[in-house]
Amino acid sequence: MKISTLVRHVREGARNVVRNGWMTFASISAISISLFILGIFLLLALNVNYLASQIESQVEIRVYLELNTPQEQIAAVQNEIAALPDVSRVRFVSKEEGLNMMREKLGEDGKELLEGFDGDNNPLYDSYTVEVRDPYLVGQVAEQIKALNNGKNPPPIYKVSYGKGTVEALFKVTKVVRNIGLVFVVLLSLTAMFLISNTIKLTILARRKEIGIMKLVGATNSFIRWPFFIEGALLGLIGSAIPVIALLYGYSQLVAYTRLELGLMLIELIPVEQLVAVVTGLLTGIGLMIGVWGSLMSVRKYLRV
Amino acid sequence: MIEMQDVWKTYPDGTQALRGINVKINPHEFVYVVGPSGSGKSTFMKLIYREERPTKGQLFVNGFNLEKLKQRKIPFVRRNIGVVFQDFKLLPKMTVYENVAFAMEVIEAPKRVIKKRVPEVLELVRLKDKASSYPNQLSGGEQQRVAIARAIVNNPAVIIADEPTGNLDPDTSWEIMRLLEEINFRGATVVMATHNKEIVNTMRKRVIAIERGVIARDEARGEYGYED
Repeated sequence: MKISTLVRHVREGARNVVRNGWMTFASISAISISLFILGIFLLLALNVNYLASQIESQVEIRVYLELNTPQEQIAAVQNEIAALPDVSRVRFVSKEEGLNMMREKLGEDGKELLEGFDGDNNPLYDSYTVEVRDPYLVGQVAEQIKALNNGKNPPPIYKVSYGKGTVEALFKVTKVVRNIGLVFVVLLSLTAMFLISNTIKLTILARRKEIGIMKLVGATNSFIRWPFFIEGALLGLIGSAIPVIALLYGYSQLVAYTRLELGLMLIELIPVEQLVAVVTGLLTGIGLMIGVWGSLMSVRKYLRV
Repeated sequence: MIEMQDVWKTYPDGTQALRGINVKINPHEFVYVVGPSGSGKSTFMKLIYREERPTKGQLFVNGFNLEKLKQRKIPFVRRNIGVVFQDFKLLPKMTVYENVAFAMEVIEAPKRVIKKRVPEVLELVRLKDKASSYPNQLSGGEQQRVAIARAIVNNPAVIIADEPTGNLDPDTSWEIMRLLEEINFRGATVVMATHNKEIVNTMRKRVIAIERGVIARDEARGEYGYED
């Protein structure tokens, strides 16, 4: 094919997009809406995954020490915990350190919230953060740590916490949500394809006569197909640009609004910068594929004149 | 140029449209194809531009054996045949200029050749001032002239006209006929199916009459021979 012919096909395809006003509108709407819904589920699935892995990595035991526990005892308890067989790491977190960590995590938003808690007003306890070899063993290890209080006077450990019950429940939930998300994404992709190929089929049905005339003038199948191919690609591109922009903008707003509350729970949503490439690439790719595939499939039927 | 040897055409529903046609049309000829409705005239025309295939028999157009022609070669045969129809068959979303240029884009003619040739042809059919109009803004006669311009723009050896004056008033019809005659004069073979008695009897040419699927008459400078 000559370059000038290719240029002609691109020009003709673009022109068709403009000329078939309503059909173009219908096709782009179908693509946009389908991809928008698809995108929402994509964001949901990615975030659930992200949250799940955050929570999994955060499954650790916090051992809070009684106030005024002497230094030697602090060190002794640390050694005892570290000696437990399923413990992989023990880290001492002084109450000042704890406060700083929380400040860092909450950033700007937390400034006001944590004001006035310095020095003697610090409401936190000295604590140990205990990491376990396997997140599923936390319950067992927590019991063992509690037992270290036995026979000591005064008992040095104030509280052992690991979110009993919630951790176990969470593992179940994340698994289910991941699977459901995957099923939804697959189903929606198929629905979108069906919708779009039908819309494009309609536009081509309307142009059945035109295709017949082109063939009578001696146009080859590929000559007729090219502008449709370009048109489909353009519909896919425009149809995916709209939801990509809307989703990324909406998502960045959501991240900004929920940041503080989620931060208090020590979790966060995936930062929008990390999602731009995935969302843009995936939705544009699917949009292009659907547009091109839909138009080529529908034109095939009318080429035998 | 165009030759049929014992050509039969039976449609899937059992209709026998053509039953053993033998005919030879030479280069530069002007031929009317006449006959009552349903006589097989249209099928005869469709076989030439390969919209239909014969059920039996040999068929040659411009040196191609249409019987042995592969599906993907059809466009290349059609490029050497200009077609003109009763219902014009213009592309509705293209301007007059674009409709004519389309036939040249199809054969991948260089852009500068297209830019030069299309105005020439529009001049010939006297539509230069309507170049940027759309088909639905034109009268029937004007639309048919666009169709003729498109048919001749690539200088095909054969022009097939299927009732080109069928939808036009007498004055406009004569205008179209003068154009076809001029095209024939410039060297193209013209095969025209028609119901127009006045034209056939006035502008005397070879007449092939088809009745019930066979050639009933084939006369040089013939007459229409039917009462409308």
